[in-house]
Amino acid sequence: MQQTPQKPDKRRSGKGRAATEMKPVEFLRWLWRQLTSMRTALMLLLLLALAAVPGSLIPQQNIDSLKTSNWQQAHKTLTPIYQKLGLFDVYGTPWFAAVYILLMVSLVGCIIPRLFVYWRNFRAQPPAAPRNLTRLPDSTSYVTDESPEEVLGRARTVLGRRYRLRKAGDGDAVSAEKGYLREAGNLVFHLSIIVVLVGFAMGSLLGYKGGVIVLVGKDYGFSNQLTQYDDFDPGSLFQASSLDDFHFSIDSFDVDWLDSGPRAGLAKGFQSHLSYQEGDGPEKTYDLRVNHPLSIGGTEVFLIGHGYAPVITVRDGQGNVAYSGPTVFLPEDASFLSFGVVKATYAKPQQIGLSGLFYPFEVTDAKGDPINLKGDIGDGSAAVLSFQVWAGDLNAAAGGSIYQLDTSKAHQVTAAGGKAFNLHKGQTVKLPNRLGSVTFNGIERWNKLQISKQPGKRIALGGVSIALVGLLGSLFIRPRRVWVRARRTADGTLVEVAALDRSGGGDTAAVVDGLLTQLRGRTPEERA
Amino acid sequence: MTDHSWETLSNQAVAAAGVVYFLALLCHLVEWSALVGRRVGASAPAEVAESALVHSGGVQTRRLDDSERVTSADSADESRTQRVALFGRLGYLLTLIAVACHFVGLVGRGMAADPNRVPWGNMYEFTLSGTFVVAAFYAVLHRRFKLAWMAPLVVAFVLVFLMVGVLWLYEPVAPLTEALDSYWLVIHVISAILATGAFTLGGITSAVYLVKAKTGERETGWLSRVPSLDTLDRVAYRIHAFGFPVWTFAVLITGPIWAHQAWSSYWNWDPKEVWAFITWVVYAGYLHARATAGWKGRNAAILALVGLATLWFNFIGINYFSTSSQHSYAGPAVVSTSTTGAAEVRA
Repeated sequence: MQQTPQKPDKRRSGKGRAATEMKPVEFLRWLWRQLTSMRTALMLLLLLALAAVPGSLIPQQNIDSLKTSNWQQAHKTLTPIYQKLGLFDVYGTPWFAAVYILLMVSLVGCIIPRLFVYWRNFRAQPPAAPRNLTRLPDSTSYVTDESPEEVLGRARTVLGRRYRLRKAGDGDAVSAEKGYLREAGNLVFHLSIIVVLVGFAMGSLLGYKGGVIVLVGKDYGFSNQLTQYDDFDPGSLFQASSLDDFHFSIDSFDVDWLDSGPRAGLAKGFQSHLSYQEGDGPEKTYDLRVNHPLSIGGTEVFLIGHGYAPVITVRDGQGNVAYSGPTVFLPEDASFLSFGVVKATYAKPQQIGLSGLFYPFEVTDAKGDPINLKGDIGDGSAAVLSFQVWAGDLNAAAGGSIYQLDTSKAHQVTAAGGKAFNLHKGQTVKLPNRLGSVTFNGIERWNKLQISKQPGKRIALGGVSIALVGLLGSLFIRPRRVWVRARRTADGTLVEVAALDRSGGGDTAAVVDGLLTQLRGRTPEERA
Repeated sequence: MTDHSWETLSNQAVAAAGVVYFLALLCHLVEWSALVGRRVGASAPAEVAESALVHSGGVQTRRLDDSERVTSADSADESRTQRVALFGRLGYLLTLIAVACHFVGLVGRGMAADPNRVPWGNMYEFTLSGTFVVAAFYAVLHRRFKLAWMAPLVVAFVLVFLMVGVLWLYEPVAPLTEALDSYWLVIHVISAILATGAFTLGGITSAVYLVKAKTGERETGWLSRVPSLDTLDRVAYRIHAFGFPVWTFAVLITGPIWAHQAWSSYWNWDPKEVWAFITWVVYAGYLHARATAGWKGRNAAILALVGLATLWFNFIGINYFSTSSQHSYAGPAVVSTSTTGAAEVRA
């Protein structure tokens, strides 16, 4: 990018009054020139880098909402200020957008005029040799017995292979130029960035990203409808009608546990066996793994996590089933010690709430406290459900997360000695005060799936790839001008050779040396 | 060989590489100390060759002038020059041996894993690979770009980072976590490591540029050894010009493709991604700055160093300061949703 040359303003020469009226236009022109100057582009680039920093240090709402709300609770004074500045959603704020939009305007304003310049220059002749070649930084001269015509003829043959030669009016010199594609690469690179932005914008405006936890088993499943998602993050122009029509269920799920080595007890890999159906089409199967998403139409399904769902039955004080079914517990750590909540809001006479930990493989440590050994559940005989019980009003009307128990209007009911209740698979415990009972029936598994649609991703990828090709051209093609002049003097024929590298990265001295060798037909060592 | 013996071999090879790098560093320091008080005129052959490239005629006369001036100090300078050349060569040779050991350490690391894999699955291994690439680039480009002047800087850098890796980042060999188990690990990480190595060498060159720009031309000392500002600038540019497309490939092509496959979205504004982007933008700034009046030279060199700082902060800093990054490979991914009540249940 370079500054566009200032054109004389013809309107100025008109009447004085007209000139004052033109002031705003002049100001706009001035502004435009400033904006499209290289210096401004450079400042905007650095500003963009700087503006991106806070988003990596402050938790971002749309990336990790839980962490963000925890942070906001811990920093009561800073939160309102940060909220005003949009620091919890840096990459969606107007000031961040302002930086990159200005940068794009600057880029377009710089590139479009250069496109025309390039088009004109592409067919132009190499410029004639400067009057005094030896003044160029990389130049040399020698005297020979050959005639100027012989020397220039040889220069034309040698240079003609890789350079474009000036045809007319070259007089006693040969002018050559090469590396025209460097600027083409440069232009392609900058234009491709706009293509990438278009693709990226399409994805974030029209696309969506949703998460859902699906239980493993043919009885459960997922249909691609808005209501089925646990969380859903649409682009601002997203329309529900663009959801692809499909449904699937997870037939089975395998985890490959590590039994030995430094990561023993952790999962090495996991795989879901999926049956899916697109619209009314035939049922198909797919083995879903991390790094191997399933794509259905333009939508993709990703396996990003898994866990256990203990099957829990709660009977109320009247002996009726108030809650029953697999309950999703979320892993707390790599050993799959998991946390979950049961809200039996229909229990009578009082609502019953459980908040508990699930130990896939429980052992007792030296102090007698339970610890979880590993995530591999084996036959399930070492799995333990440990929970606290709350009775009273669970505030169900207020909504709230299904993973959080509102105990503000409830009171805790403890086992003998004030301890938590512990159950192995198949066991039932009677709650005190004739509240009812809790049964740990069995263990199911669940998968956390991410489902997303990102239109324009191929456009973005294509744009980046072309940008890279352009970049390579603009970095490694060396624009170079070379001149050879031969003149008769009293001592013989004086030959001057000079080279100019317009990219500032080339080693023109080597070019001059090489050319000299070819012109004189001898190696540099012989000369020295 | 069993996996265990491969792991032992790797650890021993890395230790050996560390020792040999240290010996190489000592040699180069001796080489530099011999430069103190030595005049430029009595230059080592390599430098004459280099200046001969720049201008064929000028060198001859300058050498003549110098030899006229030098009379009594001649023999002292002669032995110094020999010492400089000897220790320089010895240091370079030791560096080559260390790079070979380093390479064995890397291969052993990959062979020790079951199944065998590329040796960059965690921070320790990335440090091992990154420093190897820096050292290997230096060793390869040593002749072509005449990098003898940066020898102690590169060797010291590699040694320090290798030791940091061994002392603080070491982890026993383990299989890859699920998300890393992809062929993109090879393509994405290898390009990131190559670019990191190149940017590091380029950054060292730019740092020396700044030092030299501040002190000016010196007759004696190690700076007399360093090529002219123009040459430094050009070498730095060439190394960065190699690193930038490779970084573009790593961060803006293979990274998003892999992120798309593993995490469902090709760009997540994950802290590591953000910093990789910042690094990219700063180096883009560097390339533009070299072509802008008022930014050439000093400011461009400063930008290159800022870029290098963001690069290494991204590698080391983000993994320690940011817990939300999906790039922290410490533990397997845990579904992050509400998990506040667990503590009270246990209490």
